[in-house]
Amino acid sequence: MTGNGTRVGVLALQGAFAEHLKALKRLKLSGVEVRRAADLEGLSGLIIPGGESTTIGRLMADMGLRGPILRRVAEGMAVMGTCAGMILLAGKTFDYPLEPLGLMDITVRRNAFGRQVDSFETSVTIAALGATPFPAVFIRAPYIEKAGTGVEALGRLSDGRLVAAREGKLLALAFHPELTRDTRCHALFVGML
Amino acid sequence: MDRGTWKVKAGLAQMLKGGVIMDVVTPDHAKIAEEAGACAVMALERVPADIRAAGGVARMADPEVILAIMETVTIPVMAKARIGHFVEAQVLESMGVDYVDESEVLTPADEDNHIWKHDFKVPFVCGCRDLGEALRRLAEGAAMIRTKGEAGTGDIVEAVRHMRAVMGSIRKIKGMSGDELMAEAKALGAPLELMQQVRRLGRLPVVNFAAGGVATPADAALMMQLGADGVFVGSGIFKSKDPAPRARAIVKAVTYYKDPQMVAEASRGLGEAMPGLDVKTLSEESLLATRGW
Repeated sequence: MTGNGTRVGVLALQGAFAEHLKALKRLKLSGVEVRRAADLEGLSGLIIPGGESTTIGRLMADMGLRGPILRRVAEGMAVMGTCAGMILLAGKTFDYPLEPLGLMDITVRRNAFGRQVDSFETSVTIAALGATPFPAVFIRAPYIEKAGTGVEALGRLSDGRLVAAREGKLLALAFHPELTRDTRCHALFVGML
Repeated sequence: MDRGTWKVKAGLAQMLKGGVIMDVVTPDHAKIAEEAGACAVMALERVPADIRAAGGVARMADPEVILAIMETVTIPVMAKARIGHFVEAQVLESMGVDYVDESEVLTPADEDNHIWKHDFKVPFVCGCRDLGEALRRLAEGAAMIRTKGEAGTGDIVEAVRHMRAVMGSIRKIKGMSGDELMAEAKALGAPLELMQQVRRLGRLPVVNFAAGGVATPADAALMMQLGADGVFVGSGIFKSKDPAPRARAIVKAVTYYKDPQMVAEASRGLGEAMPGLDVKTLSEESLLATRGW
């Protein structure tokens, strides 16, 4: 439940964390930047932003953030991962040289649509967000190749590829809701806290 | 599905923010850069310090070199085209390079015109010395800006000068009235619409990295504190004694740029930095930043 004292953190190691903080602000929530383990204390939710998943993963390991994140999730902290963040949430990955956090029962293929010239915008229908399709920006994006039975598929591209999924208090998006003014994905996440 | 839109071009730069883009000349370098946490690499035949030493005409790298690097790493790969050389840019786009740097480090192909970057699906990054130059490049379609600095010197002074010029102008125009803004646009040689947009946003409408002279973690953190969204390191890594730890240290300094203790820790025991060249001792003709307008 949101209310006084709801604190949402945005992992601020590298990538588009400022954009996520702005989206939270539009929802009248003040987010906090997370760079060290101590910043995780007292958070109801954590957003792992888009960025370079190898850079974020490397810094996360080097700075001793992996263990504390896993512990906070076990204690009930919700996590939303967008693009690179989705790769980090995955249980299994293709084309990612590091070990993901392994929080969700999903297999994620990195750079799955090709290089930057293949990056695209499209609208994705996500029933959990209402009838209006979501304007989704895919940048060197991943997608979910396989999802376990406990994973709820939220949104697919027209060709059927899974690009949005939820498992308990974990939300994975292959695209970048932080690059649009539409705050429905962030609101969905805040509702999960 | 819309490809090559402004949102995906400028958006990739947004994903690079808070990161370090490293110049690499071999797949081995690229691997070291990726393992150190680079958010992208710039594929080149020579780093700027060697281009400077070699003299002659510097051109787009051999596609073979760029493709080998693209096959080696999973992070974005950028490559340089000469100023105004739109065919080099077409070649890089056809190869699937993720970002094209229309760069003063190479010998300009056109002294009057930069590339009309709106014609491309691949995004471009361009160098600037002040806000006017940044906005002229934006008007031509650049989706990311960087300072020019003075590449290949390991001397941070020009990058500081350029970043201060850009950030100072932005602070100045924030409080300007419409008529004053028009006069300032004329003085800077910048399109008025973009000046209005900068005034409204209080920043450049695209990501702005620092480049040209970064050699140490402290240099990188300095540029971040001056307002850079991220840092390019050209010769600074692979011209130093021990590239891998230096690369990791600069990545850390960019993430923790507000924390002097972390920058201190990152700076410890890195061995010798690249040999530097005091920009003041360079002749007018050997300056790279004055290429392009």
